[in-house]
This record gives sequence, C-alpha cells and structure tokens, in this order.
Amino acid sequence: MSAPQAHLETLPRSVQLLLALGLLALLAFPFAGQDFYTQMVTRMMILAIFAMSLDLLQGITGLVSLGHAAYFGLAGYVLAFMSPADAGANILTTLPLAVLASALVALVIGFFVVRTQGIYFIMVTMAFAQMLYYLFFDNKGLGGSDGIYINVRPAGLGMDLENKLVLYYFTLACMLLVYWFLRRLLWSPFGRTLNGIRLNEHRTQALGYASFSYKLTAFTVAGGLAGLAGYLWGAQTGYVNPELMGFHMSAHAIMMVILGGMGNVAGALIGAFGFELFMHVFKDLPKLGSFDLGKHWQLWMGSLIVLVVLIAPQGLMGLLRSRKQDD
Amino acid sequence: MDLANFSIQLLNSVQYGLLLFLLAAGLTLIFGIMGVVNLAHGSFYMLGAYLAYALTGAWGNLALAVVVGTALSIALGWLLEKLLFRHFYHRSHLDQVLLTFGLIYIFEEVRSMLWGDDVHSVGIPEVLDWSIKLTDTLSYPAYRLFMLAICSALALGLWLLISKTKLGMKIRAGAFNSDMAQAMGVNIVRLHALVFAMGVALAALAGMLIAPLSSVYPYMGSQVLIMCFVVVVIGGIGSVRGALTAALLVGLVDTFGKVLLPQFASMLVYVLMALVLLYKPEGLFKQ
Repeated sequence: MSAPQAHLETLPRSVQLLLALGLLALLAFPFAGQDFYTQMVTRMMILAIFAMSLDLLQGITGLVSLGHAAYFGLAGYVLAFMSPADAGANILTTLPLAVLASALVALVIGFFVVRTQGIYFIMVTMAFAQMLYYLFFDNKGLGGSDGIYINVRPAGLGMDLENKLVLYYFTLACMLLVYWFLRRLLWSPFGRTLNGIRLNEHRTQALGYASFSYKLTAFTVAGGLAGLAGYLWGAQTGYVNPELMGFHMSAHAIMMVILGGMGNVAGALIGAFGFELFMHVFKDLPKLGSFDLGKHWQLWMGSLIVLVVLIAPQGLMGLLRSRKQDD
Repeated sequence: MDLANFSIQLLNSVQYGLLLFLLAAGLTLIFGIMGVVNLAHGSFYMLGAYLAYALTGAWGNLALAVVVGTALSIALGWLLEKLLFRHFYHRSHLDQVLLTFGLIYIFEEVRSMLWGDDVHSVGIPEVLDWSIKLTDTLSYPAYRLFMLAICSALALGLWLLISKTKLGMKIRAGAFNSDMAQAMGVNIVRLHALVFAMGVALAALAGMLIAPLSSVYPYMGSQVLIMCFVVVVIGGIGSVRGALTAALLVGLVDTFGKVLLPQFASMLVYVLMALVLLYKPEGLFKQ
C-alpha cells in the first residue's frame, strides 16, 4: 500500500549509544526517581513492549493492524479471570497462559485477516478488535463496561509484583527480552522473509516462500507479545476494562511506532518512550499568566504530531539519520 | 415485535443509516479521489454539533444556526485542504493517519477551549417539538421525521449532483482515475478543494442535525468515525452508491440488533463487515 520506507535495520553507532545510555538510565532510575515516576516509567516500558510487538507487523511485515489492542487487553483479562479474590495469581502459570491465549486468538483472527491487503487489512483487524471490545463491553459475565479489578498482584518465581520495584525490574527484563528477541528475529531468515513480504509480496512468493504462513506466524507472535504487555499492564494497574482493547489503544500503538520510526524495533521503543514523555511534559506545563499551558496539552501533543509528519516523515529515528547524512 | 414497534425501529434504522451516509459520503469521496485516510472526519461531525449548540444558544434559532454553521464548515474545509491536506495526497497512508490523528487532538482542544468539557443539549425547535401518536403507548417525535426527510433530501440531492451533473461527472472521473481526469482537462486541484469542503460540510451538517436528538459531548466524533469507516469499507472505497447501501444496511443491523440481540448488538455490525470483506474483499460496490 505505501512506498517502502527506509529502515535503519542496522542501527548506527549514535542510536546504539543512545540505547545503551537509556538502559543505564532505566537501571538506575528507581534509585533516583520518586515512587510516582517509577510507576510512570514502568508504564512506559509496558507500552514499549506493546509498540515493539506491533512493529513486527507494521514495520517489518508491512501489515498495519488497527486492532492490535485486542490481544493486549485479552491477556489482561486472562490475568483478571485467573486471579483469586484474596491472593495473588501465580506468575508461573498465569503469564504463559495469558500470552498463549492472546497468541491463540491472534492465530484464529489472523487466519482470516492476513488474506486481505493494505487499507482493507487495517479495517478488518479493526473490525475484529471491535467485536472483542463489544463482547466484553456488553456482557456482565465478562466484566461488562466497568471491567474487573485484580485485587492482589501476581507473584511467583521468588518475585512479588505487589512490590513496585520488583514490578519495575521485571518489566524492564521483559522489555529487554522482547527487544533482543525481535532484533534477532529481524535478522533471522524468518525476519528476512517478512521483510521481503513487505517490500514485494509477489516476488517473495515467486521465490518459493508461502507468504500466508509467514504472515500468519508474524501475526500470532505479535499477538502473543502484545499479550505479554497486556498482562503486565493488568498487573501494574490492578484493573482491566474494555478500553484496553479499544480503538484508541490500537491507534495509540500505531502512533508510537510511526513516531519513533518503523521496522527496526528500536524505533518503536524510542517512539513509545517519546510519546509518553511528551505527553507528561505537556501535561505538566506551567501556567502562563492566566493561561494554563498544561491544561491544553492536547493542543501541544497534536501540534507536535503534525509537526513530526511535516518535517520528519520517517519518525524521530529518521530525523537522526537525515542529520547524519548531512554531516 | 408488533407492527407499530417494528415501524418505529424501521424508521429509526433508516434515519440512523442516512445520518451515517451523510458522514460516509464525504469520507468515501475524500478517500476515493484524493486517497486520504481522514481520521479527523469524526471531528468535523463533533464541531458541527458544537456549532449548532453555540449558534442556537446565541440566536435561539436552529435553522439559522444550521445555515451559518454549514457556511462556516465549508470555509473550514476549504482552508484545511489548502493549508494541510493538499500536501498529503501523495504521502503514504500511515503519514495521513498520523497527521489526522494529530488533528483530532487539536480539534478536541479547540473545542475544549471554546466550549468547555461539559455535556450540552440543543433544544428541538418549537415548530417540530411534538409527536405523532401511533398507539396508546407509542408515539414518534416529529423532529425525527423531519430529520429523516432532510437526510433523504440531502442523499437524493447528492445522488443527483453526482450522477446527473457535469460536476458530478468530474467527481466520478476523479474517483475512477485522478491522473486521467486531469489529463482530460479537469481542474483537479479545484475539484479536490471542492470535494474536501463538501465532505467537511456534510459531516458538520450531520452533527448539527443530530444535536437536538443526542446530547453534544466531547469526543462524540470518535465512535461515529469508526462506524463511518465500516460503512465506507463495506460499500467500497470511493463509491457513493456503495456508501448509501452500506449505511442503510449498517443502520438496519445496528438498530434491529439492539432490539433483538442486545448483548451482541454492537458486535453485529463488525461481524457484517468481516463477512462482507471475506466474501467481497473490495466492498460491495468497488468500481
């Protein structure tokens, strides 16, 4: 559907350095920041996992899913259903089950949707996500529009996610693992084939690759990874509701991936942090006389997004590269 | 379901369908002719509703508010096309998605600055504030009938414009093959501006007409936007006839679903869409 965008598949030194510095900052952060900010960064890391999982579809395979939140929310619900009212669920069983459930649903939905192309793919993925959204929204047995509380956070493997610091480092570990996994996948024969499908599906088929199976596998894996993020989200907030599967959550993920730059996983990571960071900065803006800048954060956020599309069509990472080219 | 009840639901579904059509017609043309995925289309609907609220509040006359509001939204559409959208016709869909998503934020904030975040209501004009008694317990509000008539007239007018006039011929040519139309001497730049302004005006008009029936509230555009995309995709991108058929179909399924299968009603529309796309991947009326 769209012209192949340039990708920074091999990350330039500057980006590698930035990521390494970012990792150090994340490792040290809980010792410097207040509790509130620790939780905020935990949230960012969860969204980063979500965004990276979408990048596998959107940036690497060229399948723009506007229903990715369905798998995110679903895993949160699995955690909620499996959590006893007065004790924490066991991570060892609930985490794999939640991820598997999301992957399984992605497999079933993917079986239908990966046959479609371009804008129609966008719309069918949205349609299926909306179906799940309304299934949970309209049925009291599934929590209804109010959602479900997770009274006690999961524990296991010698960890208790009730502890904010443990949750922080567990999320960080998951994020690093997903990043490492997707970067490896990007350069594996499987990832190369997905890239081929994005660039020219017919040619890839002509080379003998069954593109349907490849796309379906990517869709399933991406769904499972989104499930991991959703599980962590449920564990952090202690609450799941249908909005987690909603249109806005899916659109949010797409924004994060485009903002950072697609197809190299690092961009999605940077995009997720950037998006959330900008949002918090804008919300915290001071009053200027009688004009409350922070109250109008949507105006700044919207203007920033419009500005990014106008001057940095390849996302923030693309900005880095074009400057490099000028040097 | 007895006959009276059935007719009420039928009228409601046609009215909802026609309202969706007003929104989807602009969206499908903008999509079909300019190739722009416009997520901000729902915002024009919201702005329309708020314009109706503000202007009726100022002058106490809904009809006058609608006329002035429509003129204002045409101006807004023309300006937006000239300043922003024009530069995105040849960009990728994802860039357009990003742009229009950013615009949603901006429109919502402008709305919040001008009119606050409260839920408002717009009064039904006095001449139409009565209802027709169907049985002892059931009646149908006159404003809904009036809206049905207006929407039908607009749909008919749009159909005449597109299928019977020279301008309509150019629009159809543009939707079919933009470059070829230009080569044949159609002033495509002006056509684009015109179609965009028309799309914005229709969406705003839909918002203004619905304002007295539903309340006027923040983010009211996003739910309707999703429905519009469903309609556009079911009907086939760029096809006004398809949009009309799909809008009526969606109106029927949604309204009767809510009566007959309340627990699964909201899902049904999406099931319909998935089925249509699996059976006809390019929509019902793709040229």
